[in-house]
Amino acid sequence: MNVYLPIANLAVNGLVIIALGGLTGLLSGMFGVGGGFLTTPLLIFYGVPPTVAAASAASQVTGASVSGVFAHSRRGGVDFLMGGVLVAGGVIGTAIGALLFRVLTALGQIDTVINVLYVLLLGGIGGFMARDSIREIRARTRGQPLAARKRRHHPLVANLPLRWRFYRSGLYISPLAPLLLGMTTGVLTMLMGIGGGFVLVPAMLYILGMSASVVVGTSLFQILFVTMATTMMHALTTKAVDIVLAVLLLLGSVTGAQLGARIAQRVQPERLRLVLAGIVLVVALRMALGLTYRPDAIYTLAPL
Amino acid sequence: MLRALLALVCLVLLGGARDPILVPEVSQHEVQVRQGFTGTELLLYGAILDPQGTRAGRDYDIVVVLKGPTQSITLREKQRYAGIWVNAASARFRSAPSFYAVASSRPLDRIVDPRTAAIYELGLPFLQLSPIGSFQTEEQIRFAAGLVQLMTNQKLYQEDPTGVTVNEQVLYQARIKLPSNVQTGTYTAETFAVTRGAVVASAIARVEVKKRGFERLVAEFAQHSAFLYGLLAVAVSVAMGWIAGRLLTPG
Repeated sequence: MNVYLPIANLAVNGLVIIALGGLTGLLSGMFGVGGGFLTTPLLIFYGVPPTVAAASAASQVTGASVSGVFAHSRRGGVDFLMGGVLVAGGVIGTAIGALLFRVLTALGQIDTVINVLYVLLLGGIGGFMARDSIREIRARTRGQPLAARKRRHHPLVANLPLRWRFYRSGLYISPLAPLLLGMTTGVLTMLMGIGGGFVLVPAMLYILGMSASVVVGTSLFQILFVTMATTMMHALTTKAVDIVLAVLLLLGSVTGAQLGARIAQRVQPERLRLVLAGIVLVVALRMALGLTYRPDAIYTLAPL
Repeated sequence: MLRALLALVCLVLLGGARDPILVPEVSQHEVQVRQGFTGTELLLYGAILDPQGTRAGRDYDIVVVLKGPTQSITLREKQRYAGIWVNAASARFRSAPSFYAVASSRPLDRIVDPRTAAIYELGLPFLQLSPIGSFQTEEQIRFAAGLVQLMTNQKLYQEDPTGVTVNEQVLYQARIKLPSNVQTGTYTAETFAVTRGAVVASAIARVEVKKRGFERLVAEFAQHSAFLYGLLAVAVSVAMGWIAGRLLTPG
């Protein structure tokens, strides 16, 4: 099924794109991450221009997180105050990201920066997750579960001025901490076309020390709004949002997300995390190799 | 069509010019880029006659060039630094064709010498790219070759040394494939008749490549009403996610 993408200016096989969306949707449903970290590189690999890929992947993440937010908020799993602060930070972050995007594009270094960011982030977080889940699985097989980690926020967070009460998260901390965290993920979303969920979730747990019951819902809430802002920002600045591409990706990912959520209920969470860590590490490795091997295309072209 | 051609030929014959006459035609003067567009094949054909009215195909070589709109570009070159490949050098060109296909009845290097090839832009090594700024010649050649390689890989630059066939020494034809990733704009199809290394006749035809219907609507919408377009994209993604959640969640 050939579909012509009017903004990317090329014809693609629609079924391949839907399948791609389905795959990332499945991941997002299973693991609560956006799946954008897979969509963007795969689209680029398929021949879609990098800017169009990043811009259109953001709207796919929006679609995949909508139903998740509804489901979690019904269960009281969203801290709206915390989410609001994160979103505010995220919107500021996307604006900074848009600026960086423009500067780096003009310098011709956007692709390298995106790739290096991917390798560092995915490598770091993948490694961290793998270590954590292996430890848990070992403890479980030995029959002595690990002592629950004492929930507390990072000392740096405690030093920030101004304090707000976040009831659902069980925190009394400075709103600057989630604001900065939101900003960071906003920048990443704009640059990499990712939702930032896999950065946000560990950061909420280990840096902010939020209560685990609201982490996933609140992170989805933030991702939802930040990817919406990102789509707007791309539409206004790079004009690279391809709505046809986005719809194809969405078709796959919204269905995939529902299936993934059902699979997730039947599998042990530690194993699930280990699988996710594996996928993340493979993507990071592939990216790292891509940076060090001689690329197929030494030359790249940009309109003046 | 044939009758019109013949009439035209007779008319020119009466004029009794010395140079051969080329009557070029293109199978399609407008290429519509719309849903399902996966590229298209253009047939560039026509007749070549010599002023005496004899069949002339034996004495002339035919070269057909289809060229897309030119663009100003920055070409970047990756080099290895500290183990990773990064964009290091760059060159700017004012007139890189977004599409260039050349077909000829024999390999180009046997038809024309490099000087003539450069004057008429016959062949990929002879594109006039108009580099901006001062460059060393070697560097310029390296970048030009890089551009040709890049565009050839995307099938946007093509060279077919035996792409032109001449029938009955009068009618010539060449097929050129436009891939789906072509740029829109005005394309020129130029035909050259070459004999003993000199271009003795040339003629030009135009082809418009245009986005039509839905594709044109989307492209213009995204360009001119960016804010509304963004809102639409956001609304579509939220709606699709929400509907899927409604339909597929049990309970």
